[in-house]
Amino acid sequence: MDMNRTSAVAAKPVVPQDGDVGTTVPQVASPRPNVTPPVREKIRTEKLTVFYDGKEAIKSIDLSIPEGMVTAIIGPSGCGKSTFLRALNRMNELIPGTRTTGKVLVDGINIYDPAIDLPTLRKNVGMVWQRPNPFPKTIWENVAYGPKCLGVKSKAVLDDIVEKSLREAALWDEVKDRLHSSALALSGGQQQRLCIARALAVEPSVLLMDEPAASLDPISTTKIEDLMAELRGKYTLIIVTHNMQQAARVSDYTAFLLMGELVEFDVTERIFTRPKRKETEDYITGRFG
Amino acid sequence: MDDSLGQRGAQAPPSHTTGPGSTTRAPRTRRGKETWEYLALAATAIAAGAVFFIAAFVFWEGWPAFREVGFFEFVLGKVWSPTRGFYGILPIIAGTFAVTILTLILAIPVSVGTAVFLTEYSPEWASRIVRKAVDLLAGIPSVVYGLFGMTTLVPLIRRIELATVPQGAPSYLTVGYSVLSASVILAVMIAPTVISISCDALKSVPSEYREGSLGLGATRWQTVTKVILPVAAPGILAGIILGTGRAVGETMAVLMVAGNAPLFPKSVFTPVRTLTANIAAEIGYATGLHEHALFADGIALFFVVILLNSVALWFRRKALK
Repeated sequence: MDMNRTSAVAAKPVVPQDGDVGTTVPQVASPRPNVTPPVREKIRTEKLTVFYDGKEAIKSIDLSIPEGMVTAIIGPSGCGKSTFLRALNRMNELIPGTRTTGKVLVDGINIYDPAIDLPTLRKNVGMVWQRPNPFPKTIWENVAYGPKCLGVKSKAVLDDIVEKSLREAALWDEVKDRLHSSALALSGGQQQRLCIARALAVEPSVLLMDEPAASLDPISTTKIEDLMAELRGKYTLIIVTHNMQQAARVSDYTAFLLMGELVEFDVTERIFTRPKRKETEDYITGRFG
Repeated sequence: MDDSLGQRGAQAPPSHTTGPGSTTRAPRTRRGKETWEYLALAATAIAAGAVFFIAAFVFWEGWPAFREVGFFEFVLGKVWSPTRGFYGILPIIAGTFAVTILTLILAIPVSVGTAVFLTEYSPEWASRIVRKAVDLLAGIPSVVYGLFGMTTLVPLIRRIELATVPQGAPSYLTVGYSVLSASVILAVMIAPTVISISCDALKSVPSEYREGSLGLGATRWQTVTKVILPVAAPGILAGIILGTGRAVGETMAVLMVAGNAPLFPKSVFTPVRTLTANIAAEIGYATGLHEHALFADGIALFFVVILLNSVALWFRRKALK
């Protein structure tokens, strides 16, 4: 959607500035061969600050997130990872006592503009939570929920969307014979993939994932990680994780947050092999966190 | 084998240490438990016994009315006029249902709407103030509601009746005392109960559902109607059940505004008498068969309450499924 707007405003290639690590996407060849550079900027935050009850949870974060890539946000507990993620689709506003300053540009448009329509924003910037949260409805109704809210009425169209989304989330084969039984009867890993299917059903361009595998067993975690690799390229994925191996495995870029501040942002491989900052090195080598 | 041995080894020490400890403690704890058991049993017996004896007494006293008037003549009789020897309770049962149902029709949308607004839309400080005020409403004695109804609501409804009831209609349709007056007062009386319990039910809906729905691009209204209300429905129904119980049982306020004519409620403006008001209005001077008939009225009330509760429970079971 909005092809004109996106290409007109945000299709400029990102130019790196020396000594300004963290504000721009480093101009390097993609770490994976199947994505061709240059990388287009999808989301840009400018001086993004979020207050919880007057206290700064994240402090003036400038970050540029490339389109179609997997960007991991890592950092110790309480560093503001989730707050940062939730600022990207204005989910923080649901918590009383939060205040946000600065800008978040999605496709060049500031989502904190008062004229922004929240349902449209959240349809475009989807979210998956740490704990799988399917509605207490059937599998079919869970996936069809978003499209229905957007006004899709035809059962045939909804059936198609449900199948396509479940296939995309690699869940179709497991649930195709029980689409009309309760989603709560699925296993935790299946529920999480259902939540991903539910988010994909409204055709977002960005998918925010807040520790999507943190409450899952290793096999389910692997499935979620494989799924992220599948979705990469088609969607811009931003994943919060406290699991550094996971960040190293699935992401193209990694941002390291510490006490609400962005310490370092770079190609994942470089963050994990030659970090520029001492704090990053200490964290990834397990000296704290 | 190794595993089970290891497990047993790990479990053995605690069980060994609790063994002697528990034998020395055992008599003391058992004696304490017995004392409490007897006290609890006595309390239960008194409570259950009281209910049983009241029910038995009502049935015992009401039974002669059924025998003398005849069961069907009593339950299906259309005229209640003890002085003329007519003991037909059907108009009074109908009046009770009319008042209760209209009360629910008025109270449910307003109360649930208020609860949704207080939990989902208004800022927290405002909801706290409003909820305090609503809780205060629940503590006002019913006679005060009745007084307010007689002096303020009944004249208002009389004006509405005079404006809407066609010429030539029976004059009792323009007195202001009516099904509508009773239902409005009862709706105001049960609203605090329904609001309070609905608020708790809505608040207990996990925020993950709320976020999940809003995160998919649903509007707040869609989130409320499609996710939050269905999840909270059993709790809201519990509030409605409690409110219904209060509406059926309320006597004083209804007595003061319903008009107390044992007429069939053909319109919302008809003055009616409810089962509770009937007892309260006549028991002071009733003797003989009349007195027995009022106890039989109590039996009817008993079954009306059971019926309404079963309907509510059926809804609740459906909502839980």
